[in-house]
Amino acid sequence: MKLSKKQKKWLGRIIAAAVLFLALEILVHMGAFDGSRWWIGFLFALVPYLIVGYDVILKSIRNISRGDVFDENFLMMIATFGAFGIREYPEAVAVMLLYQIGELFQNYATGKSRDSISDLMSIAPETAFVEQDGEIEEMDPDEVEVGEIIVIRPGDRIPLDGEVVEGESMIDTSALTGEPVPRRARPGDMVISGCVNGQGTLKVRTTKAYEDSTVARILEMVESATEKKTRVENFVTRFAHVYTPIVTIGALVLALIPPIVLGGGARVWIDWIRRACIFLVVSCPCALVISVPLGFFGGIGAASRIGVLVKGSNYLEALAHVRTVVFDKTGTLTKGEFRVSRVIPAAGEDSEEAKARLLEHAAYAECYSTHPIAQSIREAYGRPVEASRITRTEEIPGRGVLAAADGHEILAGNAKLMGSRGIEIEELQTGGTVVRIACDGRYEGAVIISDTVKEGAAKAIRDMKAAGVRRCVMLTGDRPEAAEEVAREIGIDEVHAQLLPADKVDQIEKLMQSESGSGKLAFAGDGINDAPVLMRSDVGIAMGSLGSDAAIEAADIVLMDDDITKIARTVTIARKTVGIIHANIIFAIAVKIAILIMSVFGIANMWMAIFGDVGVLILCILNAMRLLRRDDSQR
Amino acid sequence: MKKKYKLNEIDCANCAMKLEEAVKAVEGVDSAKVNYMMQKLTFEAEESRIEEVEKAVLGVCRKMEPDMEVTLL
Repeated sequence: MKLSKKQKKWLGRIIAAAVLFLALEILVHMGAFDGSRWWIGFLFALVPYLIVGYDVILKSIRNISRGDVFDENFLMMIATFGAFGIREYPEAVAVMLLYQIGELFQNYATGKSRDSISDLMSIAPETAFVEQDGEIEEMDPDEVEVGEIIVIRPGDRIPLDGEVVEGESMIDTSALTGEPVPRRARPGDMVISGCVNGQGTLKVRTTKAYEDSTVARILEMVESATEKKTRVENFVTRFAHVYTPIVTIGALVLALIPPIVLGGGARVWIDWIRRACIFLVVSCPCALVISVPLGFFGGIGAASRIGVLVKGSNYLEALAHVRTVVFDKTGTLTKGEFRVSRVIPAAGEDSEEAKARLLEHAAYAECYSTHPIAQSIREAYGRPVEASRITRTEEIPGRGVLAAADGHEILAGNAKLMGSRGIEIEELQTGGTVVRIACDGRYEGAVIISDTVKEGAAKAIRDMKAAGVRRCVMLTGDRPEAAEEVAREIGIDEVHAQLLPADKVDQIEKLMQSESGSGKLAFAGDGINDAPVLMRSDVGIAMGSLGSDAAIEAADIVLMDDDITKIARTVTIARKTVGIIHANIIFAIAVKIAILIMSVFGIANMWMAIFGDVGVLILCILNAMRLLRRDDSQR
Repeated sequence: MKKKYKLNEIDCANCAMKLEEAVKAVEGVDSAKVNYMMQKLTFEAEESRIEEVEKAVLGVCRKMEPDMEVTLL
């Protein structure tokens, strides 16, 4: 436990007062004050009281002079003065003592969670080594200009975003992405600030100034995330605004009206003033007010630990109520890379040999094409194409290619191409792109090319369902068959295919309207061309977009790597965060109201009231801090 | 124009909430935020009036929280 200077002084005062107070109590019980005048006990109690509470009284007087009466300092002052007034000296000291313990704990707890965020975000580089005219100079990252060459030694944290110009190394990106496997950096590769260099020395030409670099932007984002006002926070603010004055006025009424109405002597007055003091002690809304930012801070911290940036508490709150998650297909659920998924020879020739010949013919026909489909065919063929065997190739726009190789005429293309040559083909049911192959006028078969589904996409959808998401929807500009096939493979509930970029926004709006009540909709995309959709949805999630400014700008939540299973984990963190905050608020309000009611009937004593204030505060803080515990957020 | 300050030792979440409201009420301040967790104050004001507004904001801070240290970031 590390305490700041101020906290140490604070703790010292509490301990000194506590020791004096205990000594006093022992003397009282031994009968040391029996028979002596009342003011002797008062003076003895006043010493520890002032040691521990002088600042509270000073602040309270200051506030009153400013015209702002109702704050916790004032309430503590009135409550303890009340206790002095009815000659309950030990009670006055104890209330102040416990109040200060609670305040110190709150101060310590927020400091601690602040530290744990900065630890987790300890990605800010200290210095940069700049190469100028062959000399290396140590500089503040702030002062390095765009286009300068910086040297990154083994084990250094990369201070600025830039492009590698010399050297090769493995880079540990885990602080930013949560990804344990280091990434290779070679000349020409971009490196991101905040990552840690491995074994090699790198020379990097900076492409961004420090304040625009990834690390500065991430720090800024996480730090200001709790400034976005959430619904719970608005509720707590409104509640605190009415609660404290009402309870204070209630205390006044309780102290004055019953004794006046009921009449009676000093005993009656003392009894009701006592009850009023209890009112004042539990009237402090601090446990409520602290729960919200502390809880969200913990949730956002837990998310950033798994490489997910949440740009505001409000988005985490919305994510907890997400019922529908909409995905963009290409680049989000699929890799956006085309691969040969199936090779289907013509009927009756289903041998390995026929398949190999088919693929070879396809590769030779497509050997000069730069189209992604041609590239994927050559990749699947796996051997180099011998250009000397090809005598002629001709591109037939919109249909395919015609090639002459080894004395054969090969056709590769769509059904139209085959039809125009009078070649009969077989019908195929598939979602991918079909390339038909014919050799010397005879149909040989087809090669199917499709986008590959990301590893973990199916698991991501299952996890999301388990985390409470009700429907998963896919939007794509692709053909319905291709979309359906992917949807079936990974367990998507609803598909909207053949959408133009503008249609996607309309579709999102329709889906949002169909969402009933408080259910929210999240959209996950790669962030490159779906900025309007990201902005329109309740929660926009951009992925794999570290370094893409437009995506980070438009999105509310940024997955720093490509791993979509993290969406489900973030939903779980969000639900837990909001659950803890709600539990705290309900618990604090319930305990306080119960004690208020009990004190009206004279059932509650001062010790219960102190629990209602300090005890509730400490329990709420401990509950909120559970979010920052490592194992909790990692599972 | 935006100005940012580090607030050292602001006492409680409730005080931060009140300070934010007070800074917002300063004439010339377009928007203001007090981030209790990070102990930071940010406010925005017209560039031409920034000096005058800054003075007023710092005055409010001193009045509300005399023990608090305010440093420009």
